[in-house]
Amino acid sequence: MQIDRRLVTGFDWPLFVLTVGLALLGIMTIYSATCGADEECPRYLATKQSYWLAIGLVLMVATFAVDYQHLNRWAYPIYAAVVILLALVLVIGITSGGSQRWLDLRFFSLQPSEFAKLALVLVLAKTLCYYEPGYSLTALGVPLMLCAPVLLLVLLQPDLGTAVLIFLIAMGVVVMSGLRMRSLLYFGLVAVAALPVGWKFLKPYQKTRIWTFMNPESDPLGAGYHVVQSKIAIGSGRLWGKGYLQGSQNRLEFLPEQHTDFIFSVFAEEWGFSGCVLLLAGYGLLILLALRAVRRAQDRFGVLLAAGMTAILFWQFTINIGMVTGLLPVVGIPLPLISYGGSSLVTTLVAVGLLISISMRRNTR
Amino acid sequence: MLPLRPTPRTQTEFRRRIRIFGLLILLVFAFLTYRLWTLQILQGKRYTVMSEHNRIRLERIPAVRGMVFDRKNRLLINSRPSFDVRYTPGDSQARETTLRRLANMVDGDSERFMEAVQHTKGSKGVTLVRDVDWPSVVAVETHRPDLPGVYVSVKARRSYLTDAMTAHVLGYLGEINTQQLRDLRRKGYRRGDAIGQAGLEKRWERHLAGRSGGEKVEVDAIGRKVRVIDRLKATPGHNVVLTLDLDVQRVAYDALNGREGAIVALDVNSGAVLALVSTPAFDPNSFARGMTPDEWRQLMADNETPLHNRALQGHFPPGSTFKIVTALAALQEGVISPTQRLFCGGTYKVGNRTLRDWKKHGHGHIAMHQALVQSCDVYFYQLAQRLGVDKIARYARRFGMGAPTGIDLDGESPGLVPDRAWKRRRFGTPWYPGETPLVAIGQGFLGVTPLQMASMMATVANGGTVYRPWFVKRVLSAEGEVMEEYGPARTGTIDLRKENMAFIRKALLDVVHGRRGTGKRARSKIVDIAGKTGTAQVAEMRGEAVKSEDLPYVVRDHAWFVAYAPAEAPEIAVATLVEHGGHGGATAAPITKRVIETYFRSEGYDMDVEDHEVPMVSAGPGPNRVSHAN
Repeated sequence: MQIDRRLVTGFDWPLFVLTVGLALLGIMTIYSATCGADEECPRYLATKQSYWLAIGLVLMVATFAVDYQHLNRWAYPIYAAVVILLALVLVIGITSGGSQRWLDLRFFSLQPSEFAKLALVLVLAKTLCYYEPGYSLTALGVPLMLCAPVLLLVLLQPDLGTAVLIFLIAMGVVVMSGLRMRSLLYFGLVAVAALPVGWKFLKPYQKTRIWTFMNPESDPLGAGYHVVQSKIAIGSGRLWGKGYLQGSQNRLEFLPEQHTDFIFSVFAEEWGFSGCVLLLAGYGLLILLALRAVRRAQDRFGVLLAAGMTAILFWQFTINIGMVTGLLPVVGIPLPLISYGGSSLVTTLVAVGLLISISMRRNTR
Repeated sequence: MLPLRPTPRTQTEFRRRIRIFGLLILLVFAFLTYRLWTLQILQGKRYTVMSEHNRIRLERIPAVRGMVFDRKNRLLINSRPSFDVRYTPGDSQARETTLRRLANMVDGDSERFMEAVQHTKGSKGVTLVRDVDWPSVVAVETHRPDLPGVYVSVKARRSYLTDAMTAHVLGYLGEINTQQLRDLRRKGYRRGDAIGQAGLEKRWERHLAGRSGGEKVEVDAIGRKVRVIDRLKATPGHNVVLTLDLDVQRVAYDALNGREGAIVALDVNSGAVLALVSTPAFDPNSFARGMTPDEWRQLMADNETPLHNRALQGHFPPGSTFKIVTALAALQEGVISPTQRLFCGGTYKVGNRTLRDWKKHGHGHIAMHQALVQSCDVYFYQLAQRLGVDKIARYARRFGMGAPTGIDLDGESPGLVPDRAWKRRRFGTPWYPGETPLVAIGQGFLGVTPLQMASMMATVANGGTVYRPWFVKRVLSAEGEVMEEYGPARTGTIDLRKENMAFIRKALLDVVHGRRGTGKRARSKIVDIAGKTGTAQVAEMRGEAVKSEDLPYVVRDHAWFVAYAPAEAPEIAVATLVEHGGHGGATAAPITKRVIETYFRSEGYDMDVEDHEVPMVSAGPGPNRVSHAN
């Protein structure tokens, strides 16, 4: 295979470096988050996450080394495989905390709903790239049929947070592809009207979470405990933070899920507002660089694919930060690149790989 | 597929939407930054105060593990609370005085305390003294105001009242490992928890463990518990009652006296285990209190492998005890009549090989009864030639040899029953006729466990029923409600003609009671014992016969004695193995006699029964501590 020199000169170094930097920051924070009150800091999870980082980087390089046009051809098989995996989770998955989300693969457990995001974006991009901007809701039959099985299977786990996330990501791709703005408005109205119906189908713990989110102080020791403790951790970080490995909220184990969903609280407690602003700036830059890749894409498939990846990064970040700062209900969405979790890290790295792939091929056609 | 290029109009639309997205994204980020500004800068002081006075802590209440009793409800494993003195370092000024004061109260070393505290970072708590006695607990609790940061935490501690005596059946606890943690996280296990790692503790973990609870407690700035806000009680584990008889177990353990060996005693009519001993053993208490690396290394490096359960993980030649199987097979298959005499001249030729009898000049003309009583080898060599190895193997397997008995303990060895097919599979060579006589007297490739031999004896004693050995009688909840009840499980029956059975049983009685019996030293005044001796060769000695006692220890013969009693209406079957113990009749028979006599004494056959009752102790909080009684 001959390497096109334009690929090398066009390589999106800022995107690549920023991503790896954030992932390394993640490992550092995981190490701090797993320090307990009694024992020394165990390296176990941080080490495991660095293995996942290595695997993810290899997959990322493989992703951008291959022309993303090939994905167009493979979109449906990939999608089918993910749907099968999601169905499998319901049958033989591991149950944890009331829902069934993981597949046990002996050496590690796999969370197929993470990969589902990528696969769904892929098939949506493939379908929607033929749509002329300005189309109306009635044209959305096929995309809707593609979304339905994924959303349904995730809802059955039940994992409301991820289902909402997947929906938002899909909406991102749809809006980018040129859904009429007026249609979007109608859609929003229908969604709001449907809310009370949806409430009926929630599990009790989900209802409590949403209820406590509306009234956080109503039961600070019950379902509100997580958010209250997280807010104390973040707030007590103040301007400069308590210093790396010095977060008392973290070390004294007041924080729940400190190395996964609530890892930002650990970071905020230790690095303060100054550190948070830097992290937010880093993340903001990452997402703007992702948008730049959308702009650079030379064909419609690329535009939509890149837009989907941008949506994945943006929504996960926003929901997670909103959740730990008490702006959104606790729904169990990890902070991409930072939270502990192999499936999430690998998915995010592959998503960035796709963005790089699209960005570096801007001059080749 | 060709890339679908955007038309200029589409291009403009895309650009427009990207701009809108960019703006929205910036807005969201600005809003999140504002949110953090509110939390960390505007309300930072308030949250800092809250974090310093963060008083609500979730603490785990470990469940009290279930207790274990023997068949007469005597306590074998107790779970008692243990009090640990912990310290959360506060400001450094008071630290030294506090620790010095504490050292006086609990009889500790303040220097060591200082060192321990210095090694902990930040505001973490540290355990200073584990398992302090009750007066110290009272002292610390009453002086709490003078001891800022010091508190007493309660942990359940397990004590094995019978020490090493029951080590292999009861097993031990160990810290949960990573694999187990992954599997059991959902059941409430956490890093650092103790979990059954062997024996009963492992197999009945599900019942014994209970479920840990939790407590929402309010603590002050230096970590002292002020009050309990909410509490989810821990569910104590279930108690387990065994079929084991502590008296029999103790005597068996003492009789082996630390030599390498094993004793298994079974209830003849149910397969229930009355005693199961493997020596040398280990002290499970050392696992419970946490072993030092040195202790662990020593245990692992011990040549006599105390962790190894010889009663069912070992693999030994059964020696002459196997003649019971050969004799029954021969009678049953009709290859010989009970009265037919065969000549024993001290040697027997098979092909170009000469096999010896244990008695140099032989037993002369001898019939089956005396052949068993005197354990004549040459007689059985000849039976072997008449039967062939496959038939011998078939009977051995019916008695449960060559397969695990299925007892609920780990690592059971299946033993080995060789036959033609096995040899072809294993070595790719045919079975040589010269190998059969060795099998007939329990040597050669044959391998068994003491548990299998006890089970075989039970089957002979009960007339042909093979039971799966079992040792847990019932599981009770902490309130005494029966959760599980176990009973005998039949795994097979051997259809043997009554007269053959009666003949063999008469012979086994005369092994002990006959004038020339090899098991005379098992003769008891209390009860009639029937049995069979075995002296299993470890190494094949060519040339002149050598006395076992003159050999180096590792090649000395294994001593066996298998027995049941009372001979007329059997209740208990026992297999005793003393590794490298020399003659079965001399070493293993007297031990077996003591074990059987103990059983009948404790069952009230003798009037002067001693009272072995061990005090029962509740697992509730309090200073009651059981000494390692009896």
